[in-house]
Amino acid sequence: MKEIKLSINNQKIVVPAGTTILEAAKEVGVHIPTLCYHPDQAIKANCRVCVVEVKGSRKLSAACSTPVWEGMEVITTSKKVLDSQKGVVELLIASHNQDCLNCQRNGTCELQNLAERFNIGKTNLDIDILTLPIDDGNPSIVRDPSKCIKCNRCVETCSKTQGVDVLTHAHRSDQYIISTPYNLPLGSTLCTFCGQCSAVCPVGAIVEKDNTEQVFEAIENQKKHVICQVAPAIRTALGDAFGLDDGAIVTGQMVNALKQLGFDKVFDTNFTADLTIIEEGNELIDRITNGGTLPMITSCSPGWINYVEGKYDHLLDHLSTCKSPQQMFGALSKSYYAEKMGIDPKDICTVSIMPCTAKKFEAQRDEMNTNGVRDVDVVLTTRELAKMIKMTGIDFEVLQEKEFDSPFGIGTGAAVIFGATGGVMEAALRTVYEVVVGEPMPSIDFEPARGLQGIKEADVDLNGTVVKVAVAHGLSNAKIVMDMIDKGECPYAFIEIMACPGGCVGGGGQPINTTMATKSKRIESTYKIDKEKLQYRKSHENPAINKLYEEYLEKPLGHKSHELLHTHYHPRDKKIGNIKLK
Amino acid sequence: MSKSVSLITENYNKYNPDSIDEFINIGGFTGLKNALNMSSDDVISIAKASKVMGRGGAAYPLGKKWEQAKSVPGDNKVVICNADEGEPCTFKDRSMLEKDPFRLIEGMAIAGYTVGAQNGYLYIREEYRHLHPQMKNAIKQAKEKGYLGKNILGTDFSYNIHVYSGAGAYVCGEGSALIESIEGKSGRPRIKPPFIKQCGLNLLPTCVNNVETLAIGTALLTHGAEKYLSYGTSDCPGTKIISIAGNVNKPGVYEIPFGLTLREIIYDIAGGVPGNKAITLFQLGGASGKIGPPSLLDTPYSYDDLHKVGLVIGSGAILVVDENMKPLEFLHSIQEFFCHESCGKCTPCREGNKQIAHILDRLLAKTQKDTDVDTLIRLAKLMSQSSFCGLGETAQSALLNAIRYFPEEFGLK
Repeated sequence: MKEIKLSINNQKIVVPAGTTILEAAKEVGVHIPTLCYHPDQAIKANCRVCVVEVKGSRKLSAACSTPVWEGMEVITTSKKVLDSQKGVVELLIASHNQDCLNCQRNGTCELQNLAERFNIGKTNLDIDILTLPIDDGNPSIVRDPSKCIKCNRCVETCSKTQGVDVLTHAHRSDQYIISTPYNLPLGSTLCTFCGQCSAVCPVGAIVEKDNTEQVFEAIENQKKHVICQVAPAIRTALGDAFGLDDGAIVTGQMVNALKQLGFDKVFDTNFTADLTIIEEGNELIDRITNGGTLPMITSCSPGWINYVEGKYDHLLDHLSTCKSPQQMFGALSKSYYAEKMGIDPKDICTVSIMPCTAKKFEAQRDEMNTNGVRDVDVVLTTRELAKMIKMTGIDFEVLQEKEFDSPFGIGTGAAVIFGATGGVMEAALRTVYEVVVGEPMPSIDFEPARGLQGIKEADVDLNGTVVKVAVAHGLSNAKIVMDMIDKGECPYAFIEIMACPGGCVGGGGQPINTTMATKSKRIESTYKIDKEKLQYRKSHENPAINKLYEEYLEKPLGHKSHELLHTHYHPRDKKIGNIKLK
Repeated sequence: MSKSVSLITENYNKYNPDSIDEFINIGGFTGLKNALNMSSDDVISIAKASKVMGRGGAAYPLGKKWEQAKSVPGDNKVVICNADEGEPCTFKDRSMLEKDPFRLIEGMAIAGYTVGAQNGYLYIREEYRHLHPQMKNAIKQAKEKGYLGKNILGTDFSYNIHVYSGAGAYVCGEGSALIESIEGKSGRPRIKPPFIKQCGLNLLPTCVNNVETLAIGTALLTHGAEKYLSYGTSDCPGTKIISIAGNVNKPGVYEIPFGLTLREIIYDIAGGVPGNKAITLFQLGGASGKIGPPSLLDTPYSYDDLHKVGLVIGSGAILVVDENMKPLEFLHSIQEFFCHESCGKCTPCREGNKQIAHILDRLLAKTQKDTDVDTLIRLAKLMSQSSFCGLGETAQSALLNAIRYFPEEFGLK
């Protein structure tokens, strides 16, 4: 690779050709301010807060989009540069909702950080904010255009990363806005509620719908038995919100915090992830042996379900009928658990802690109820849980580790890897292989399903029958696979699809500032938990699951399972008003 | 004796623009034939010898542009004729489309041959939609006669021209926004690099030339560079099509030799100011151009002479404003234009124009805050230094020159 010599603030540096000024500056310890820049996205260069001086250039140069050249002399510290950077921040603030104290992103807002950095005080500019209605008519995401700085990160995530193409820019000049098709509320579009937009928004323009108060209220209500379940991908991500290392494993501290918050029982969604494997694995075997619809595709990711119901509604038969682990848990909490504990299901409040905004939508779907009550009552994202912990003054870093409660406290390594892309596939194969072949897989670590490649594929030899499987994450990759099925060119029998890039560790409800690099760390930790921290690594070895079948469900795909653990799907109305909720 | 000339506009009113035969009868396509009889390097040499500067506004030397376009590797290249003439007071390209469509087609074919392109795109602003049928007809006839299409005039050169319409956005005059528009996207400029000469329309190497530039190309190949060089001054040879309007008696399109003074253009060619009113100011090059006071009227119309006093030729527009309008009122109207036309993509242009509009409102109503003029200057500089594209960069050209030449309007000395 060709090397380029340049200087930044008179410090000499050598970098590979193609490096931008922004990247080169980092190498010499200079942090040029950014807003529209995101490490996982294409360069946009539209916010202009990263402008710097390049000797010999007529104008200032955007550091994010300007590649270095031989002999380039960059100055980032001059008054001219600082005035321009500060000027851009001032302009953005003048058109931005001024109510920082009442904003969900207070403290995690990138614009706020820059205001602090540039010592923004009283402005001479006119405060002139485009006021448009707040869109909070769906269970997952709230959009407040008055806070939007038009960076287009959400647009890129929605259109390129996810291929959902709901968010786009519209109009021009000071009427320029981020909009939806026909400016409809998200609930009337084919938005999948994956929440990736809320995860990349630098400000508070797109946030998760906050349900923390509902949970505090439920806990306060003496009549309610409030239990929670925690998804596999929280335990490697929650620490981020408290400044711990990326991917820090905080399972025990998290359980402790939840108990301190006042939940009557703290359970693990890993339990129903294992249950999902038993049901879904058997469903796969059944489809293969009895000529069912193939490929069968996983159904744990509600953003993915929303996507397929919207864009490939003629292929719904390919979806596994299994409810997601969240909903299986919910259903069992209002049936098996209620009976076992002798509590009226109406008095149980089931709260989920999920890495995901689409889970909020999923929990409110019409069909997700058991014994006349909702399977899951409230869904909180990782971000909301972190807020509750902060609000109550619990010092997360020094917490003692605590154990999940029984009977839903035991999960296997197969369940924990649900959090990473490829995890469900790997977990399913650990069980399916053993059921069909009668002996364990040659290696329990199924490497072809691992890693961040967009689409991964592998051949699995099941007693002489070679089964092709694939894993896709990020909806734009899902689209590629779905188009193969649509054209009848799909060689796979079983496909895992997760809506979010990286899988649930990269969910739309995970802590702010999650990047692909952070996701890699979380994935590493996920496999570490599987390998080093858990007694069992295969779902069918989970003793609590086996007990559940003995005591209650009888057998996989049985009558009870069908009633509680399986579901069906609907095409979404493509015109308007496609939300069909309780 | 008229001070205007007739070289690029030599065919105006000489033939029926619907008839290729009439065009051929007056010597049409001689330039293309000459070009096809020489190497593309020879064509580039002629363009270089003529010292023609591109007429899109940035004044990039034509020979250099063609040379670079030719040297970009690639079997599939594109020429775009930018007929998105969106600068207010600019209508000289329209006259070419109206009166000499075949010269433009000839120029596009010459450019295509020179840079090694297979396709030319004629991007016409939406407001000129009435000219689409005439241009399409001209292209159809040229194809029928073998001046476009496969193996033009029996050579290896094959080339087609496609007509595209803008949708009304000023910013689409900017090359990369224009390309986005042709590709069916909303017209907003692209990040450079990659530069459009390497990666433009449909990711292909793309050479964008203005209508007038291509029409000059036809003149150069028809008559040789010497003819062009015989006009104008030694420092700034050649001719220029201008469009003059505002408070003048004879607004219109004129071809002039470089070196006439602004006073000669306004008074001798455009007939002076109605009612012999005094001139408050003039603006050169459209809304993004700079304004000057009457004291500069004796400046010769040439790149260097204008540059020395802080003016530019830009689009070739000359707008004359008489004493009935104050500089602030004028700036206010310009500001309305930019508040409408900013594409909204980048912060300095989207937000800066809006803030400046508020301050100009107050200055005009004499309700300004003490800090307003300082803020105005600060924002105008921020926009020119930090905007994404040329629109934001030049939107405040008039304002910055107004502060220089009319400081009293802002309470400055």
